[in-house]
Amino acid sequence: MPDLLLELFSEEIPARMQARACADLKKLVTDGLVEAGLTYASAGAFSTPRRLVLTVEGLLAESKPVREERKGPKADAPDAALQGFLRSTGLTKDQLELRDDKKGQVYFAVIEKPGRAAAEIVAEVVEATIRNFPWPKSMRWGAGALRWVRPLQSILCLLNDEAGAEVVPVTVDHLTAGNTTEGHRFMAPSRFAVSSFEDYRVKLRRAHVVLDAAEREAAIWQDAQNQAFAQGLEIVPDAGLLAEVAGLVEWPVVLMGKIGEAFLGLPPEVLQTSMKEHQKFFSVRNPKTGRIEGFVTVANRETKDHGATILAGNNKVLSARLSDAKFFWENDLRMVKTAGLEGMGAGLANVTFHNKLGSQADRVKRIEALAREIAPMVGAKPDLAAEAARICKADLQSAMVGEFPELQGLMGRYYAQAAGHDDGVPEACEMHYKPLGPTDDVPTDPVSVAVALADKIDTLTGFWAIDEKPTGSKDPYALRRAALGVIRLVLGNGVRIHVLNPTAFGVGCHAATRQGFDIRDQARQVAQFAASIGEPVFAQKLLKEAFKASENELSPEVGALTASIYDLLAFFHDRLKVFLKDEGIRHDIIDACIAMPGNDDLTLLVNRARALNAFIQSEDGTNLLQGFKRANNILTQAETKDGVEYSYGADIKFAETDAERSLFAALDAAESSIAPAMATEDFAGAMAELAKLRAPIDAFFETVQVNADSEVIRRNRLNLLHRIRAACAPVADLTKIEG
Amino acid sequence: MTQTPTAPRSFQEIILRLMTYWASKGCAVMQPYDMEVGAGTFHPATTLRSLGAKPWAAAYVQPSRRPTDGRYGENPNRLQHYYQYQVLIKPSPPDLQALYLGSLAAIGIDMEMHDIRFVEDDWESPTLGAWGLGWEVWCDGMEVSQFTYFQQVGGHDCHPVSGELTYGLERLAMYILGVDHVMDMPFNDPDAPIALTYGDVFRQTEQEYSRWNFDQADTDTLLQHFKDAEAECLRSLNAPVKDSAGRAIIMAHPAYDQCIKASHLFNLLDARGVISVTERQAYIGRVRALAKACADAFVRTEAAGGTPEAPMAELETL
Repeated sequence: MPDLLLELFSEEIPARMQARACADLKKLVTDGLVEAGLTYASAGAFSTPRRLVLTVEGLLAESKPVREERKGPKADAPDAALQGFLRSTGLTKDQLELRDDKKGQVYFAVIEKPGRAAAEIVAEVVEATIRNFPWPKSMRWGAGALRWVRPLQSILCLLNDEAGAEVVPVTVDHLTAGNTTEGHRFMAPSRFAVSSFEDYRVKLRRAHVVLDAAEREAAIWQDAQNQAFAQGLEIVPDAGLLAEVAGLVEWPVVLMGKIGEAFLGLPPEVLQTSMKEHQKFFSVRNPKTGRIEGFVTVANRETKDHGATILAGNNKVLSARLSDAKFFWENDLRMVKTAGLEGMGAGLANVTFHNKLGSQADRVKRIEALAREIAPMVGAKPDLAAEAARICKADLQSAMVGEFPELQGLMGRYYAQAAGHDDGVPEACEMHYKPLGPTDDVPTDPVSVAVALADKIDTLTGFWAIDEKPTGSKDPYALRRAALGVIRLVLGNGVRIHVLNPTAFGVGCHAATRQGFDIRDQARQVAQFAASIGEPVFAQKLLKEAFKASENELSPEVGALTASIYDLLAFFHDRLKVFLKDEGIRHDIIDACIAMPGNDDLTLLVNRARALNAFIQSEDGTNLLQGFKRANNILTQAETKDGVEYSYGADIKFAETDAERSLFAALDAAESSIAPAMATEDFAGAMAELAKLRAPIDAFFETVQVNADSEVIRRNRLNLLHRIRAACAPVADLTKIEG
Repeated sequence: MTQTPTAPRSFQEIILRLMTYWASKGCAVMQPYDMEVGAGTFHPATTLRSLGAKPWAAAYVQPSRRPTDGRYGENPNRLQHYYQYQVLIKPSPPDLQALYLGSLAAIGIDMEMHDIRFVEDDWESPTLGAWGLGWEVWCDGMEVSQFTYFQQVGGHDCHPVSGELTYGLERLAMYILGVDHVMDMPFNDPDAPIALTYGDVFRQTEQEYSRWNFDQADTDTLLQHFKDAEAECLRSLNAPVKDSAGRAIIMAHPAYDQCIKASHLFNLLDARGVISVTERQAYIGRVRALAKACADAFVRTEAAGGTPEAPMAELETL
């Protein structure tokens, strides 16, 4: 049972690609071995900046022989058939066997594939793996044609068992595998030979290379914490940074330094971002004050002076960076204190948001109008929401955000506070971008919620207006994320709004921008309609009004805008399905709820879907659904055949059986209790009432023949079936449910 | 890497040591290109010579101009005119990293005391239609060089691949010499009878060019020059391959000069703030089109191992 050791030694592999490359290496090689008939006991993959390593233990020494029999043509078949069979098997006629078959003698080919030595298979699999490795980006070097993430310098490939180790004859272009590797680039640069994975690991460590990234991470984290603790400080955890840093070193040496006194007044996020993005430093915090006071850098070597020179150099670079940051911070503060955020944001008029959607200043105007309208729906004061919206993008013009784009929003909060804003306005500057994904926090303060909704609805309605919708995997403007953001803002806050209203309003604002109308005038009119009309048809009306179209003439533009509003609602519904799928709610259950009135109230829609989902999964629910479908099918067929609607007049006096009579009674009871439950949106309650119909419906279908000979009785029974349909109708459109 | 290097004493000593080092490694030591460029990569010894099959090895200093980076000589690190040291070797030798580290040792960086790292940084030049993979090289957390394996230049795949090293000389020298403000850095030997600092040499020019770049350069003239350079580039490339005496001569280099000019004029217009965000992309695209056309022309020349007589598509004149 030999073990395999493979090392692909290269120039520095980008840190962010190493973990994935480990997994790919393991999968490609082990899959290839197994496919070639070489099974194994266990496998592990490792990476450092300069190497990808695979160890496979308990490999078969050779693949199992394979014997294959194939039936050919009959002995008396035309020669062409025989020749074809010989070609396909690669045998000659005298190697075939003639066997007796039911219909006479038939040629048989017996193909023996002998087992192959592990080394032969490994060599093939490794070569194929190297040539087809799925690097996110790969390159050529020198005069060769081979591709790798950076120049591949050597291959170590060994099979070893009790008898010893042998080099596997792998050759890839100019590279031939051997049994040697190098240690740390600076601390132990010479080549050395190894005989097994254990030997390799031990010798590497002696040569100042820690092979396992997890071990490097743990060592860095432990040492950093110890050093901080000794000073009464703590490290700000950052798993992503830790993984990255562990991918930049083979021999981690943790060094801790202090941030200069002059920079301690900078916001902690600025210190953290600057240190992390530019220098890959960890932030060191004083737990008593919460301030960031120091940094931890991880060097790749030990030195005689215990890192003093390295630390001094890093400190100098950090000081230069933080001097810039301080300069930006102070300049920005001076600006907002004299000119306010409005002054800071004045330049937004010259920044194009999108060449078909106007400038950032246009966008801010629309968001302001939208936020003002949305505010009452989410419990915010309209003036505050409008104030927050007016300044929420101003920090994009600050020097700090120019340098650190990832601080957008956060700097807005600091600068809004400095400019004297209050009452949730500074927080809205920061939070209105959120939520940025399915797991990001959802803002809860009403002012933030109003501006966050306005921001996203403006984006969506804008790109819908210019027909830049997401297609397939392409979503360059992150519109799916924006729609999910709206959904999460609404659901997360339990807000009851008809999203058609702000959507129509947003569409109106964009139309106003395009046509050069004053948004405020436009918005006011649109808003009045949006507030007064709860019907889905309101959109057309309000747009007609907004464009001062007469009642009789619906301009083509208004028609197109109306269509885009409903198209966007369908997009929200699509994203909602994806969102609810994670809760285990099937799309057809959601469709059954979307088919109901008021489907632009996403909170109502989701409450209904959750109740329906629970109901359908219960035994009563499943059976009731079957009963409903049976009733509905029979009824629909009869209605089609007879050309009439059976909708009224079921009378208990024509009931012939107990089953019919108890169904009448059960329907009477259900109808009287479902209506009040629905009136309070108690879907679970209404469905519980529906569940009580299950037994009577089942009993009815078991004993009653709907298509009775008597036309009167048949009609009465069909009308009774209609009552089942009608009882279910206010709950959800059960016809949409599959199965 | 065991020798203990002596510390250089001036900016020029660092340049001289790099020259000596790369000459000793077989590079042709070239002189700066005699035109305004934004980076050492624009020198035809890099851009054009990285194309085609013929081997090449060159090292040179290239004065580089980035008008938007002007700070009137006041910023400790930013200059509108600065120096890059550039090395280009084709095909990239297998020990290029070791050669590079040797150059750091040569200019006084003791590998035993410092932390040198190769950190992922892919290079792309939208104006040259070029990209490559490599690293920024860190010394104690400071970026001291760019290290790139060219994959494509002027829209052409690089076969063989060139290895390119770019040293930002001022920043590197400030680090080695322990200087905090670029203007305080000794330019020549600080004990020379007439000791000059970087500021003595460049403070005034930084002021003058900052004013001209930001406030004074006449934008109508610059725009006209841009159009002229563009037209002349394409006209030169569209000329018949054979001259009046029947000699087959493709004018790749003169055309490329015009491309360089257009690129610098675009940078000046950008510094003057007359190019909007949307226009920016269009201008970059126009310069890239010139760079590609020049690359197409160069690969047909003898210097690239091509055949000048091979037919070439007519370029669209603007």
